[in-house]
Amino acid sequence: MELSPFLVSLRLGAWVTVLLLVLCFPLAWAFAHARAKWIVFIEALTSLPLVLAPTVLGFYLLIALSPTSPIGAFLQSTFGIRIAFSFVGIVIGGCVSGLPFMLTSLKTGILGVSQGLLEASYTLGKGRLETILRIVIPNMRTALFAGIVTTFAHAIGEFGIVLMVGGSIPDVTKTVSIAVYERVEALDFSGAHAYAITLVAVSYVAILALILMQRREAKR
Amino acid sequence: MLSFYLVKHLRAGKRRFCLELEYALPEGGFLGVRGPSGSGKTTLIRCLAGLDRPEAGYLRVGEDTWYDSSMNVFIRPQKRRIGYVAQDYALFPNMTILGNILYANPDRDKAIRLLELTRLEAQAHQFPRELSGGQRQRTALARALAREPELLLLDEPLSALDEELREELGDEIRRIQRTTGITAVMVSHSKAEVSRLCSEVLELRAGLLDDARLTVY
Repeated sequence: MELSPFLVSLRLGAWVTVLLLVLCFPLAWAFAHARAKWIVFIEALTSLPLVLAPTVLGFYLLIALSPTSPIGAFLQSTFGIRIAFSFVGIVIGGCVSGLPFMLTSLKTGILGVSQGLLEASYTLGKGRLETILRIVIPNMRTALFAGIVTTFAHAIGEFGIVLMVGGSIPDVTKTVSIAVYERVEALDFSGAHAYAITLVAVSYVAILALILMQRREAKR
Repeated sequence: MLSFYLVKHLRAGKRRFCLELEYALPEGGFLGVRGPSGSGKTTLIRCLAGLDRPEAGYLRVGEDTWYDSSMNVFIRPQKRRIGYVAQDYALFPNMTILGNILYANPDRDKAIRLLELTRLEAQAHQFPRELSGGQRQRTALARALAREPELLLLDEPLSALDEELREELGDEIRRIQRTTGITAVMVSHSKAEVSRLCSEVLELRAGLLDDARLTVY
């Protein structure tokens, strides 16, 4: 069993989780609080990865990011970055695929902090940023943790988009789930098992930690 | 001196009516606003706090104008020197009682004085979920006073308490308001409560039809 697919998966999980955490918070805030009716159309769009086949998403991403597409050509000619079949490509793919997991958790957490608490903070002279940092985030930590755990676990196990956008380049885009697939194709079931059981264990521990935290919060 | 003239259309269930209210309260006064549910009491106090925006009118506190529709002035709640006690107290669950007060004003000595004033010294390091209803109410009051507000706004501050505690804490609110000399407005659905605690009383009665005026008497 090689260590490299684990390292690629962990790097992928970490990048996707951090990027989505930062990108999704303002979006989740808008979904929770914006009054404009058109926002539901954006929200529906961000939920599409939940129901669309990962290969469909991967296919369109591959087309959008390939060197012949306007975006891919611009990135390659301006910054010399090739996105398709690179680590950056699978991070983008992982972000698209994991978007609804992070968004749903964050939106649930934000909605769980009552409007009354926000208003209390405003009447005490605090601005929106300070209210978010000192009131909203500490009072939605279970949802925050849920977003982090589910996004990370989903990202390290992502298969369809990663394979479509990144292929299987050792040390670059070959993740644990791709390694499992390749071992099975080669009829090396014990090799596949070694990768798969590790992924099961990591995911199980993450979900268990989340449930324990939710139970502890519920008792408060 | 608190003076206001506020106009806002409201909807209470299927009824629509217009809140239109003009009043002036001398500095240090304690105005009680009474009325049945859906008469516009909470909207009035939210407009004074800046949490709701009226459609027309003005709001002046001392020399400052917090709202004036003719000059397009609307000062956000953050910039108004108010102490606001919500009906459910809205204490921050992630902070202790002392933490809630320090959030409003980081002056620790002042926070300790407020804990003494509201008789909460023993609960300083407890969290809101560990307190009784009366203690939570006093914490909300102490937190509201911590900002040294020009105007104290109390939205049904006693409604969540039982009869005995209502009387005791009502007296305490009156004592604290007199001690600090802060101009205050309290809304309540209880006539006896506002009559007993407040220096001036407004009674609201919502119209049933659109554009019906609220009666002030």
